[in-house]
Amino acid sequence: MKNMPLLFCGIFFALAFSYTGLIVSGNAQLGGLEPSTETLIASEDLVDENGQPLMVMPEGEPLFPRNVSGIAQQGKKAYIDLGCMYCHSQQVRRKDFGADIDRGWGPRATVARDYVLQDRVLLGTIRTGPDLAHLGGRYAGDAGRDWNHLHLYNPQIVSKGSTMPPFAFLYRTQEIVNEPSADALQFPPGSEYAPEPGFEVVPTRRAEALVEYLLSLKIDYSLPEAPIPE
Amino acid sequence: MSNESQILSPSTDPYSSDNAVERTELSAIDASIRTASVFFVVSAIGWLMIGTVFALMAAFKAHNPDFLGAYEFLTFGRVRSAHLNAMALGWGSNIIFAVGLWIMARLCRAPVDHKGILLIAGMFWNIGLTVGVFGILRGDMTSVEWLEIPQYATPLLAISYALIGVWGVMAFRFRKGDHVYVSQWYILAALFWFPWLYIVAQFMIIWFPARGVVQSLTNWWFAHNVLGLWFTPMALATAYYLIPKVLGRPIYSYYLSVLGFWALAIFYNWAGVHHLIGGPIPVWLISAGIVASVMMVIPVIVVGMNHHMTVVGLHREVWRSPTLRFIVFGAISYTLVSIIGSTMALRSVNEVTHFTHFTVGHAHHGVYAFFTMIMFGGVYYMMPRLLKREWPSAGLIKIHFWACAIGITIMVVALQTGGWIQGMQMNDATIPFLEVVQNTIPWLKARSISGLFLTVGHVAFAVNVFWMLFAAGAVRAKEGPTLLTKEGGAA
Repeated sequence: MKNMPLLFCGIFFALAFSYTGLIVSGNAQLGGLEPSTETLIASEDLVDENGQPLMVMPEGEPLFPRNVSGIAQQGKKAYIDLGCMYCHSQQVRRKDFGADIDRGWGPRATVARDYVLQDRVLLGTIRTGPDLAHLGGRYAGDAGRDWNHLHLYNPQIVSKGSTMPPFAFLYRTQEIVNEPSADALQFPPGSEYAPEPGFEVVPTRRAEALVEYLLSLKIDYSLPEAPIPE
Repeated sequence: MSNESQILSPSTDPYSSDNAVERTELSAIDASIRTASVFFVVSAIGWLMIGTVFALMAAFKAHNPDFLGAYEFLTFGRVRSAHLNAMALGWGSNIIFAVGLWIMARLCRAPVDHKGILLIAGMFWNIGLTVGVFGILRGDMTSVEWLEIPQYATPLLAISYALIGVWGVMAFRFRKGDHVYVSQWYILAALFWFPWLYIVAQFMIIWFPARGVVQSLTNWWFAHNVLGLWFTPMALATAYYLIPKVLGRPIYSYYLSVLGFWALAIFYNWAGVHHLIGGPIPVWLISAGIVASVMMVIPVIVVGMNHHMTVVGLHREVWRSPTLRFIVFGAISYTLVSIIGSTMALRSVNEVTHFTHFTVGHAHHGVYAFFTMIMFGGVYYMMPRLLKREWPSAGLIKIHFWACAIGITIMVVALQTGGWIQGMQMNDATIPFLEVVQNTIPWLKARSISGLFLTVGHVAFAVNVFWMLFAAGAVRAKEGPTLLTKEGGAA
């Protein structure tokens, strides 16, 4: 090949083509996506180009996805720096494409709008462990909190045979002074992972934040384009 | 068909020549880039060994989660990320700088001036990478696939890259002769594509995060193209340069080379979206990625045919030459891994393989069985020319080849078989998830065994290189090159 301008142009436009096609147009389509109410209603005065009433968000209804609490945001930092996403995805595929919904990993498929408030999107590409998009829906409340702490401390306690590594370094083993701490982990009776008598295992602030983050992962709301089936 | 190549001026022809003037010229070019290339080879091998240690730890942890479980900095997520970055940017990019720039300088017939700058930039690349890998281990990782290096180390990497990559472009700018050989297209294009990809990805994901899943889209456009537009063109350039060079026979068809190059340039960079099949991304984008992935069959078949037709009938020579034994293994792997990759992009197949170890097997098939094996071959050819010394041990080369060839084959077969079973079971909600996990364990153990094979190969390689570098006096004077079989004989 001797035509140098052609070679340069070809090299340039080859990548410019996919950059425009995937990144620029992907951004054009999704870059302005905002949280929404669960359903839309027909506007009374606005019409679309076909003269049909425009679908708008009803006033006073809550917007989704929700903002997450500060402590959950801190927990997300731990999730990121420990590399949890290298075994856990955060996306639910549609019914009949994989068994995500049948396994209870979420009540509906996740859509682009579910991720618009996240400053780092952790979709993940591997499920060495289960999907976590709806973990907070599966393990809710205080029982969910306790389960997650035990599971993080050592997964074998509540999930025998798991290949997840223990995150005991996020916990402190300390001597019980006077009374056991309120946040001490409640081991099942006779657990081989329980501390010595007179000692207790308490979560560090990072562990607490991480569990709050995990519990904040919930697909418990509908979106106009992705309603939860009745 | 081969007439096309024979009309090249003899000096730009990449195959061996008896012409003394030409050999002197090549020798002068080799001398000009020797320090830099040897530095990059040594750095690359250093990272290869570091990456191997991280790989073994991560592989063992995958089936024995308590192994080194008490140390936060060695938790699985960090170790596997340290492994990936040590291998991709440490081994992969350093060896590209070593072999790619050397091939570029030779084909352009342009000795490298101001080599001090190249060397210093190379040092900064490795310093940036060291900072980055430490950053990952101490907990500053980004959790963005293929971009785990913390924000504070990436500007240094970007600047060093610019100062290294520019030497390839400069060589091209000051090239002599009219003809531009296919390897030069690939190297020039890759040197231009990689920084574009890297900078866009850094800006849109890390520095000024784009909204929602646009990040994921950018992430996979980038990450797949690290393989497609950085590793792949460099490995193909090396194969295109060295197959004819060693065999003394021109590339079979110029037209196939052109077709293969442009088809790769046009299709490969759209393919990455297939990592998001089934995900929360507009379907049209995913469909575009699937179409491009399937279209990749064209450049792959074309390049495969071109390489095959060039070596056909000379298999005994391929087997004798350390360089070609590795390169032909890599070239065959390229065809295999690419066809599997195109198949994996089909929705019905992806429904099973996505989210499983099948993908991990596929990634190693590409980066190792294809790219790394070809680069090993490149080093076996380049080092004797740079150092004017022969390889001390043919035995070590054979150990290197067999350990790596067997190791990577076990790994790919184990992960893809285990991954397929994992995917089928994961899609059957009646099988408890923990049971699916348990069923992957034997395959993950096989992966650890494959890692031991690869380690043996890497050690043999490193010993041979350092023996050649530092114990030259101990190397008996040889007549002719180190070959793996006797003339016309079997292994």
